[in-house]
Amino acid sequence: MDRSLNLLDLALGFDQQLLDPSPLSGKVVLIEDCVETSGSFVLHQVMKRVLSTNSSDALIFLAFARPFSHYDRILRKLGCNLAAQKTNNRLVFFDMLMMKCSDGEEIEDNVSAVAKLFREIQETVRKLRSLTNSNITVMVDDMSLLEIAATGSNSDRVLDFLHYCHSLTSETDCSLVILNHEDIYSSMERPAFLLHMVCLADVVIKAEPLASGLANDVHGQLIVLNKGISRSSRSKLQNFQFKIKENGIEYFYPGSRS
Amino acid sequence: MAAPNVRSSSFSRNISVVSSPQIPGLKCGPNGTTFISTGIRDLDRILGGGYPLGSLVMVMEDPEAPHHMDLLRTFMSQGLVNNQPLLYASPSKDPRGFLGTLPHPASSKEDKPTVPDPDQGESLRIAWQYRKYMENQKNAIDDYSNDFDMRKPLERQFLSGRPIDCVSLLDSSDLSVAQDYFATFLSKFPRNSSSIASIGRIAIQSFCSPLCDYSEKESDMLSFIRLLKSMLMVSNAVAIVTFPPSMLSPSSSKRLQHMADTLLSIKAIPDGDKELETLLTGYKDINGFLNIHKVARINTQAPVILEAKTFSMSLKKRRFLALECLNQAPVDGSSGTSYGTSGSCSGSSKSGALDF
Repeated sequence: MDRSLNLLDLALGFDQQLLDPSPLSGKVVLIEDCVETSGSFVLHQVMKRVLSTNSSDALIFLAFARPFSHYDRILRKLGCNLAAQKTNNRLVFFDMLMMKCSDGEEIEDNVSAVAKLFREIQETVRKLRSLTNSNITVMVDDMSLLEIAATGSNSDRVLDFLHYCHSLTSETDCSLVILNHEDIYSSMERPAFLLHMVCLADVVIKAEPLASGLANDVHGQLIVLNKGISRSSRSKLQNFQFKIKENGIEYFYPGSRS
Repeated sequence: MAAPNVRSSSFSRNISVVSSPQIPGLKCGPNGTTFISTGIRDLDRILGGGYPLGSLVMVMEDPEAPHHMDLLRTFMSQGLVNNQPLLYASPSKDPRGFLGTLPHPASSKEDKPTVPDPDQGESLRIAWQYRKYMENQKNAIDDYSNDFDMRKPLERQFLSGRPIDCVSLLDSSDLSVAQDYFATFLSKFPRNSSSIASIGRIAIQSFCSPLCDYSEKESDMLSFIRLLKSMLMVSNAVAIVTFPPSMLSPSSSKRLQHMADTLLSIKAIPDGDKELETLLTGYKDINGFLNIHKVARINTQAPVILEAKTFSMSLKKRRFLALECLNQAPVDGSSGTSYGTSGSCSGSSKSGALDF
């Protein structure tokens, strides 16, 4: 059991599965990255954790950034078959690549495309709940692209969407995992959207490049802030470095790599 | 350690069998991707083969350097030489006029910029019996990429009768017209798993130029690029978009950078900068800098770690675009001359000891 756990799993609380089989249930995880270092590998790892064979958790994936084939290939190398999980009803994949929000269609249906998307998610959660009683994770692979898709109509809609999704975590004990890009907001004076997300999040994972520049052995560092209060023994803020490989990710504390 | 290696290698072998390129100008890459050439051999080598199909390449312009045009020109010329359909959009009244400035491929052997250095010739003479194999190797990659003579305009045979579309971005007051145009162009290259029929190339110059009517609406531009990227992912095409980041708000510029699969930027080199002149060898030949911020990561999560991020752009023999790692000259003046000569005549691959 211990050998399959890495530092990120420990920071997320996956080491106490006897006490708490799904440590992320009812929680919001926010992954922040920047142009230099992509945080998508954290998504892949959480995906693999959720869909692992010794649990029966389900995953709802909203793909704004990449098509299914991309994730299928990556997860296959990590040892997880997405197509099979789809047929097992453990994965529901929403392809949102071509999502458009225009003001025109809004008048027809009297609901915006973002609201429609949330209703679909809600419906899917209900369906999955009737099938199984295990935890459901909702994952958004790039929140900033939803913002772009929705700003044609109204920017507040994305914030509403975020709050609706947050209500899922409290009502049905879903987990919410969101990837967003932090550096987009760094030039803004008061980035309401980012602040809201950080405020709602129970776990914030920040992927950053090394200050010392490019390196072959260390691809960057993660800062994990776990706001969970139940596990008081855990240190709240953790910092470790990573190296991304095709079939997994190596994590290590700074300076501890032989 | 051995077991996953074996599994991953057999995996990629299957894929390369399925999508072995039928038409020239394609190269199989890792993870089921296919590369097309950038038109600059050095850039192909640095990026690991070229631009992967289905990727969006963004180039950040420098208002003081026009070298993003060279990247566009070689990209377009390479497509025309390989008989690939091209769509070019720019904020000028007559975008077709730009085709007259495209470079011509260097045809004859003597024109090739790869003149062997004196010491390289030495090593060749030792292994002279292998020379024929090296020739073979050169011929094998020849139909993939060409060297372009930046001074010689592209001959008519490559322009007439070829499928070239030119769009002026000035005409459309909002981007929905342009978007439909791009969508119909890209619908000609659908991606299906069996084989690749043809490859499309899209070049957009100075996308966010203030000359365009839509330049006020940043959200429209962002959503245009987002949809372009989404369409590219399901088609056999590559789009290269240059944009001036200084014309955009910082957050929109960052959003564009995030959407890029491959992100490059151009930097002007200050003229007559004494400090830089002493630092870099071959300062006089350098026209500008090319920074590589992101290399496309399609179907994989492992990042490509380059040996350097910044490369100098220079014209070899005043004709051929070359990219080199920056060679830092030693501070000591006495040894500087000897280092300088050996550093300037060699590419980045050879002078590893001098790279910083």
